[in-house]
Amino acid sequence: MRANPSITTQPDRIAGIVGPVLSVDGLTTSFLVDGVWKSVVRNVSFEVMPGETVAIVGESGSGKSVTSLSIMRLLAKATSRIEGSVILNGQNLLSLSDRQMRDIRGNDVAMIFQEPMTSLNPIFTIGRQISEALTCHSTMSQPEARAETIRLLEKVRIPNAAARFDEYPHQFSGGMRQRVMIAMALASRPKLLIADEPTTALDVTIQGQILDLIKVLQEEEGMAVLFITHDMGVVAEVSDRTIVMYRGEAVESGPTADIFHRGQHPYTRALLAAVPRLGSMQGRNWPLRFPIVDIKTGETTIPIEVADTVDKRKTPILEVRNLTTRFDIRTGLFSRKTGAIHAVENVSFDLFQGETLSLVGESGCGKSTTGRSITRLVQPNSGEVLLDGYNVLNLDPIALRNMRKSIQMIFQDPFASLNPRMSIDATIAEPFIAHRLGTQKQAREKAVDLLERVGLSADMFSRYPHEFSGGQRQRIAIARALSLDPKVIVADESVSALDVSIKAQVVNLLLDLQQNFNLSFLFISHDMAVVERVSHRVAVMYLGEIVEIGPRAAVFNNPQHAYTKTLMDAVPIPDPARRAIKRNTVTTELKSPVRPVDYEIPQRAYLEVTKGHFVQQ
Amino acid sequence: MYTYIGKRLLLAIPTLIIISIFAFSLQKLLPGDPILAMAGEERDPQVLEFLRDKYRLNDPVIVQYFYWIGSVLRGDFGISLRTNQPVLSLIAEKLPVTIQLAVMAMTFAFAIGVPIGIVAAVKKNTVVDYIANIVALSGLSVPNFWMGIMLILLVSVKLGWLPASGYEPFFRDPIRSLQTMIMPAFVLGLALAATLMRHTRSSMLTVLGADYIRTARAKGVSERSVILRHTFRNALLPIITMTALLFGELLAGAVLTEQIFTIPGFGKLIVDAVFNRDYAVVQGVVLCTGAGFILMNLVADVLSILLNPRMRAAL
Repeated sequence: MRANPSITTQPDRIAGIVGPVLSVDGLTTSFLVDGVWKSVVRNVSFEVMPGETVAIVGESGSGKSVTSLSIMRLLAKATSRIEGSVILNGQNLLSLSDRQMRDIRGNDVAMIFQEPMTSLNPIFTIGRQISEALTCHSTMSQPEARAETIRLLEKVRIPNAAARFDEYPHQFSGGMRQRVMIAMALASRPKLLIADEPTTALDVTIQGQILDLIKVLQEEEGMAVLFITHDMGVVAEVSDRTIVMYRGEAVESGPTADIFHRGQHPYTRALLAAVPRLGSMQGRNWPLRFPIVDIKTGETTIPIEVADTVDKRKTPILEVRNLTTRFDIRTGLFSRKTGAIHAVENVSFDLFQGETLSLVGESGCGKSTTGRSITRLVQPNSGEVLLDGYNVLNLDPIALRNMRKSIQMIFQDPFASLNPRMSIDATIAEPFIAHRLGTQKQAREKAVDLLERVGLSADMFSRYPHEFSGGQRQRIAIARALSLDPKVIVADESVSALDVSIKAQVVNLLLDLQQNFNLSFLFISHDMAVVERVSHRVAVMYLGEIVEIGPRAAVFNNPQHAYTKTLMDAVPIPDPARRAIKRNTVTTELKSPVRPVDYEIPQRAYLEVTKGHFVQQ
Repeated sequence: MYTYIGKRLLLAIPTLIIISIFAFSLQKLLPGDPILAMAGEERDPQVLEFLRDKYRLNDPVIVQYFYWIGSVLRGDFGISLRTNQPVLSLIAEKLPVTIQLAVMAMTFAFAIGVPIGIVAAVKKNTVVDYIANIVALSGLSVPNFWMGIMLILLVSVKLGWLPASGYEPFFRDPIRSLQTMIMPAFVLGLALAATLMRHTRSSMLTVLGADYIRTARAKGVSERSVILRHTFRNALLPIITMTALLFGELLAGAVLTEQIFTIPGFGKLIVDAVFNRDYAVVQGVVLCTGAGFILMNLVADVLSILLNPRMRAAL
């Protein structure tokens, strides 16, 4: 690793000597939809200099991924049409034959993708898949390819590379698979690497490692990187120049710092306004709405301050004591129990009326299982949950049904959580009718009212889920959750799948609803920046346990537990000035909460740092 | 792996018991009295009573079942009422015929159905795909017996290339055996080929849409290798399962085809037995084909595990 990366990646200086690696001019890509050609990328032009990183940023449907796939010519030929020119090293890729293009792919330009879990072929060993990238472009012999593959695996810092050559993709974690993908892309020392959302599906600490790895490898190999992402934090961390795409067009491009500080286009400003920034809540007591920028005019609406909704005088609406949920692992002829996943281990917290408590942590930390255990969607092993007068874990089926009126859930995927064959009025009215709270007519009136409260218009009433966008669907899911007038809402990654601008709107909506209905939220999320924005208190979970819990300001300004610190350090900061800062390239993996049968649960003690701020010893 | 197979074999026991109960109750459910069928012209009540006693038909049904299942477990499937041969030796005689027919039919089905399925998937929504689909649909729709008769007319009667009917055990005269079997196997295989083709096509299309196929293309792998190595190897898993299940069905015998080509297989055996109220044979054959089907199911599952590294590792 070189001490000062900015010298080697100085694009302007190199540009004077050699031409761009990639030069895209007037790129227009159309898809054949129902017999009509519809353009999804229109007239996009940009250049990538040797050693430079260019980011294309945009929300879903902006055409950023289609742009990258057009460059690689990986779109289905029968249903797509690419116009314009894509010059790579002086060669127009769009005029090459399929055979010639195949020689370019994986050789001069390589690509890594968003989904490391599904981007590797499950039935071939990873060694074989990497060496294939070597052998299909050269006459390298098998032993040579093997040696080179091991070298590549070491280069992407996969521990114990030689031993892992013959392992299959499922034996690797998400982060490790992405390293394998990178190794494969580097195989033929490409001049250009296209990285299409390479860290979006990864946990935040793993994302930090992969971003650093790409930066280091870029220096070592001297390649140019075209980085596709929706995450402004990632853009700020990696790119020299940035292109903002909106609805198929490049609306703005320029040096990254200029885009961030002097963005001209209203959309750029809207996008940046909606980006949650870690540390932006210093000195504030309550959650804060996002400012909303009008995409047409660029005018910013200053958010209204939220009121203090928390009522700590009454007893907590939700009390969780020593909650433990384990999933047995059974193997062998007679399904003997050989271990257990300690998904939730001795978790205790209170939630007051009008309060938002966030559970944060990375995948497998048990935050979702905690939410499901409280609503008894999974059966906890032990503990006590007191919700609005119900002793949740001891309820008979009828009482359990009644209890669910007090607690409702909103899930992550707005596409999968609505029944596609039910019109939305039926969807929203269903809980009301199922609990026999009134007549069909009342249910309908209630549904109309809720629809308006979540910001949709009543005339959308009889439509079906497919007619709505992701953000609108999440609003419908929220309306459905509200139809029973619950006291507590468990929002399980409810805004994680949404685009930034939509995310900001839905967060604002949740804050409005909290104020209007005096709701308590158990906000489950991996996104530290959003959590900072919405919560009154925060609990950090690690391997099924709460390692730190306290008022939001205390946890964020004065994190005590090592894991909390790691988590916060890993969050990309949308500030280009911090670009040179690297974390470290130490390869770590998330630990697993799988324990053997004879595992002795350690006794935990909590230390009170300041009032209400506890940290596990 | 062995644990898994052991577990599956244990699980097969209750299934077999249910099949045995079903096979046994056939004789109680079907109209007609086996004793009358057996006695022929004899109508002397004493004789009939003697026969009833001899075959324990006067005992309670449950007791009869346990007598029957007890002897089955000792390898005694009873005596055919019609031919007086032990049922087991009848089955042993017909089983190789049925297996040979099934293997050959399956080979045809695989050799025809899978390549066409691959081509149809690769050339999706083109003329090639449409033709493949039409052919497959015709293969499914044309009745076996019609196809069989037409083949006999053309190949045997008109051209005289192959014998129209008959059977020759494989180990006595392999060439003659293949000659007699080739037409019935083809007829049987054609319908299965259509099923396999549709299955292969949809399985290939699913895999072609997978992210790792895009990865392979981005790597610059040749299209041939993308299709055959990366896609087909993955698409094969459900095809193998399907093949094993179809094979299990073939083991039950192909009544019509066997009749047309006069092949002495399971199909012919069971039809003859049913018409003659030869219950011991019916029961034996039903039990055997049931067991065969369970076995093929197990084979299908084991194969799909062996082909899938992830499942392999889980065992």
